[in-house]
Amino acid sequence: MISSAVIISALELGCIYALVALALYLSYRTLNIADMTTDGAFTLGCAVSATVAVAGHPVLAIPAAMCAGALAGFITAFLQTKLRIPSILAGIITNTGLYTVNLAVMGFSSNVSMLKAQTIFVPLKPILGAYYRLVPSALLAALAAVLLILFLRTRLGLSIRATGDNPDMVRASSINTAFTITVGLCIANSLTALSGAVLAQYQKTADINLGTGMVIIGLASLIIGDTLTPKGKLGIKVLGAVLGSVIYRFIIALALRLDLPSECLKLISAVIVALAIGLPALRSEKKGVKKC
Amino acid sequence: MLTLTNIQKTFGIGTVNEKKALKGIDLHLDRGDFVTVLGSNGAGKSTLFGAIAGSFQPDTGSVVLDGRDITALPDYKRSKVIGRLFQDPLRGTAPSMTIEENMALAYLRASHARSPFSTVTKADRAGFRDKLSMLGLGLEDRMDHPVGLLSGGQRQALTLLMATLVTPKLLLLDEHTAALDPATAEKVLALTKSIVAENHITCMMITHNIPSALALGNRTIMMNDGKIVMELAGDTRKNMTTEDLLRAFHVESDRMLFSAE
Repeated sequence: MISSAVIISALELGCIYALVALALYLSYRTLNIADMTTDGAFTLGCAVSATVAVAGHPVLAIPAAMCAGALAGFITAFLQTKLRIPSILAGIITNTGLYTVNLAVMGFSSNVSMLKAQTIFVPLKPILGAYYRLVPSALLAALAAVLLILFLRTRLGLSIRATGDNPDMVRASSINTAFTITVGLCIANSLTALSGAVLAQYQKTADINLGTGMVIIGLASLIIGDTLTPKGKLGIKVLGAVLGSVIYRFIIALALRLDLPSECLKLISAVIVALAIGLPALRSEKKGVKKC
Repeated sequence: MLTLTNIQKTFGIGTVNEKKALKGIDLHLDRGDFVTVLGSNGAGKSTLFGAIAGSFQPDTGSVVLDGRDITALPDYKRSKVIGRLFQDPLRGTAPSMTIEENMALAYLRASHARSPFSTVTKADRAGFRDKLSMLGLGLEDRMDHPVGLLSGGQRQALTLLMATLVTPKLLLLDEHTAALDPATAEKVLALTKSIVAENHITCMMITHNIPSALALGNRTIMMNDGKIVMELAGDTRKNMTTEDLLRAFHVESDRMLFSAE
């Protein structure tokens, strides 16, 4: 029923989107900020990557997209820490502004086709054969996960974690929360943009709507990962996010197999995320009723 | 070590809630001084700590720590050399991080000349273990447990250890045992005493417990209505009984009560 091509493509997409899950692990899980910049930063990554690749620099496109994403994260952090705009609103503001920026990056067109452009994957084709997109994507996801785990153990990483965990404590420690939030959001959004950058080259096209709902997809992956690693330590949790992203792609592949129209996917994702985040509340309410 | 000159602070200036919290505080602490701070609620004790730790800018006056004027320094920069404990045992530690990670954070933030990407070494970790075992709470075998699983007393003991892991120039204890049960409070207080004495830490401690205010440390100050109204040191302090001090305490609070009428 499921061909190996479907499996490979689900694995590939899972690894690429895992970078968004890692970004949300940092912003949502660690800093406790639901970062609405994610959607726009993902599209920004796609747009920058496609435009630079079309100009003939597919490899340069990747760091360029990451820098653009970090800048988007910086703007959200600035709105939040210096202008004291509530974090969700700050993200939405940046996201709204990014729509125009993304169009501008693509030359005021809603999509960029890369059919004739060189990508990072093409040169690998003779070496890796059918796995020419899976191997680099998987390596990238693994590398990002390992770097994130190592980073979260450093002084800066620990400070960022404490900022999300106990702001009271952090204020009495020598930690500048404006700084930790800024660094956290910059890294998270550069990861998101990286994901968009790789995806654009993967599917050889960038589109203004690619990032829509990305924050929900990332959260769904994160939650799937959490369910798989209920008592895991930090490292396991981060790897769980990557695994969650891959599993999410398999669920989508299955859904498509069942002839579900692809337009339904976002609604399904939204329902999954709402249920998964709401489940603890639902459970405790049930318990409360039993006690009475 | 610490010199406060004419610290004044009024909150909510020009509103109906205007409150003169500090009315000109002058205080000098020598290196190694352990000052206990007494005073009724609203006397300005915690506000005084806030002024020293940099939670707000005083309206007038200066704070000089170890020869350096820190009046304009933001709190997160001061806390590198000023350790602070609060009444609420949940305030000092990050619950979802492990004991080891909390200690690593405290250690890395306070030790100087380190890059933001520094991590703790095996030797550091062994040091944490030794320090934890000194608490006598068995925490050294639970270093990979999240701090959120510990009791209030254990968390406060850990916070104390974290605040003194790298010896601070000044330690501020704001009723740090008030939320604990009597037995645990006594244990944490004994710990405080030994850690402060061992590292010769200059320390200020707010307490409502008059016997321990007299028993601990070498100086006692009493605050009322935003001022320091009594200072005890040396023989006068030694000969002071709880009853005498309690009487003085009431006279002062009564005076405030009448003056407010």
